[in-house]
Amino acid sequence: MAKVYDAGVKDYRETYWMPDYSPLETDILACFKITPQDGVPREEVAAAVAAESSTGTWTTVWTDLLTDLDHYKGRCYAIEDVPGDDTCFYAFIAYPIDLFEEGSVVNIMTSLVGNVFGFKALRALRLEDIRFPIAYVMTCNGPPQGIQLERDILNKYGRPLLGCTIKPKLGLSAKNYGRACYEGLRGGLDFTKDDENVNSQPFMRWRARFDFVQEAIEKAEAETGERKGHYLNVTAPTSDEMMKRAEYAKEIGSPIIMHDYITGGWTANTQLAQWCQDNGMLLHIHRAMHAVLDRNPHHGIHFRVLTKILRLSGGDHLHSGTVVGKLEGDRDATLGWIDIMRDSFIKEDRSRGIFFDQDWGAMPGVIPVASGGIHVWHMPALVNIFGDDSCLQFGGGTLGHPWGNAAGAAANRVAVEACVEARNMGRELEKEGKDILQSAAKHSPELAIAMETWKEIKFEFDTVDKIDVAHK
Amino acid sequence: MQDYISSLSNTESRKFETFSYLPAMNTEQTRQQIQYIVDKGWNPSIEHTEPEHSSGSYWYMWKLPMFGETDVDAILAELENCHTAHPGNHVRLLGLDNFAQCAGASMVIYRGKTV
Repeated sequence: MAKVYDAGVKDYRETYWMPDYSPLETDILACFKITPQDGVPREEVAAAVAAESSTGTWTTVWTDLLTDLDHYKGRCYAIEDVPGDDTCFYAFIAYPIDLFEEGSVVNIMTSLVGNVFGFKALRALRLEDIRFPIAYVMTCNGPPQGIQLERDILNKYGRPLLGCTIKPKLGLSAKNYGRACYEGLRGGLDFTKDDENVNSQPFMRWRARFDFVQEAIEKAEAETGERKGHYLNVTAPTSDEMMKRAEYAKEIGSPIIMHDYITGGWTANTQLAQWCQDNGMLLHIHRAMHAVLDRNPHHGIHFRVLTKILRLSGGDHLHSGTVVGKLEGDRDATLGWIDIMRDSFIKEDRSRGIFFDQDWGAMPGVIPVASGGIHVWHMPALVNIFGDDSCLQFGGGTLGHPWGNAAGAAANRVAVEACVEARNMGRELEKEGKDILQSAAKHSPELAIAMETWKEIKFEFDTVDKIDVAHK
Repeated sequence: MQDYISSLSNTESRKFETFSYLPAMNTEQTRQQIQYIVDKGWNPSIEHTEPEHSSGSYWYMWKLPMFGETDVDAILAELENCHTAHPGNHVRLLGLDNFAQCAGASMVIYRGKTV
């Protein structure tokens, strides 16, 4: 029976709170952590989030009746307590797949984290997780090459990849910068990396950097007989300029380029990832600005969501945090989003903050990059936590070696190989790490001096954003 | 302060990927690495090459991959057979993961003379 137009304001929950709804396999599911204003009932505010992130507006409009809004609306189907925190609760919302353009994380996020985050009835709102149905995953291009193909392209098997971010972050000339890369690569690194804020400043324009760095790669490859690369950062003020730099990197034979997917934007990232796939280029992804979005436990977007966004938009490497270094990262939560990057199917696991099963089907995986305040003493833990399909990046931990970058690189290479060798022999890395490194250092003066240099450095601050667990 | 010794003219500088920055393994260490490959359920595969061509994707296969072989001694013996037939070559052992369609492990067991 047709509906009658009835102007005015209705409670959101009359339309958008559907506790009996069973989500469809094709629905996009979201879990929000909602902190309501005082006195607003849970069901009403949860329904408001469903409405404001899908079809709803604050008042009924006659054009609602020209369509079947019951088909298109977001539905809040469950509410749960947040363990250990009475100020907020979880709301689970199902969105019909028809609401979103195919292959567009931009479109999905514009709905899910759009106007709703400024909604007055909310004190704070956090998007904790999204389940992307396989039907939607199949519409996205995903990582340009994937983990297996990257290994085959680079001829590196059975160990983590080893990288180094060039420092100082800013201020080096192109030739001096290339020198720092060359020294690291000849010492045994697989990759060197542009820091995120290296784009094309007056002290070092992009083209000069690309040329000198490529010479460094080629000399180091000839010297060591191994394949090497440098993440040439093509992040730029316009996507035309970004593509110009990417094309040039390909032209000179660079195997890999780099993009900052949050500051650069998801439209640009998806475009670049597609181009990389078409042009046989690997794509390293930096995540500057992520902590603005993901660090506050009550407001923003959890990093596991940003991880899923990147896997869909496309990238072969993504910074994941280290667990052990200088930057924030709860261990269980980090292990959760590392699985989200790499695995084909990830089961719901609240102990790691994973709210939904996620099926990626045949979409390739992304290599997690551990970077930030790590050095040789962290190597046993890193190999244990991250396993082989990872990229371990030591910036200060390479360049700060008393004998320079080549020696610092060699120290890290010896350390990673010693840890992998020991792990394969069945030794427990985190327990026997000291012994494993000390034995390896007998054959490597570079490692021995690195172990003396960094022995005492520790970063022991408590994590701000933790998994929600009940108060003990 | 120590100089890092590496140059185009120093053939010792030439490496060959995983474990090439460590001393060569003895037989017992090699056995343990083979055991790891077997325990992972990967197919052992032996390849060799002239050291000057080691950076290419394709080395010469020594026979077909040893599909389903789990006997460490048999794998060790086959590595030795390959080395005896090609004494100047690098001989590497791979663990082929047919689910990932990628080598899960790769290591040079007999090191040829680098050039």
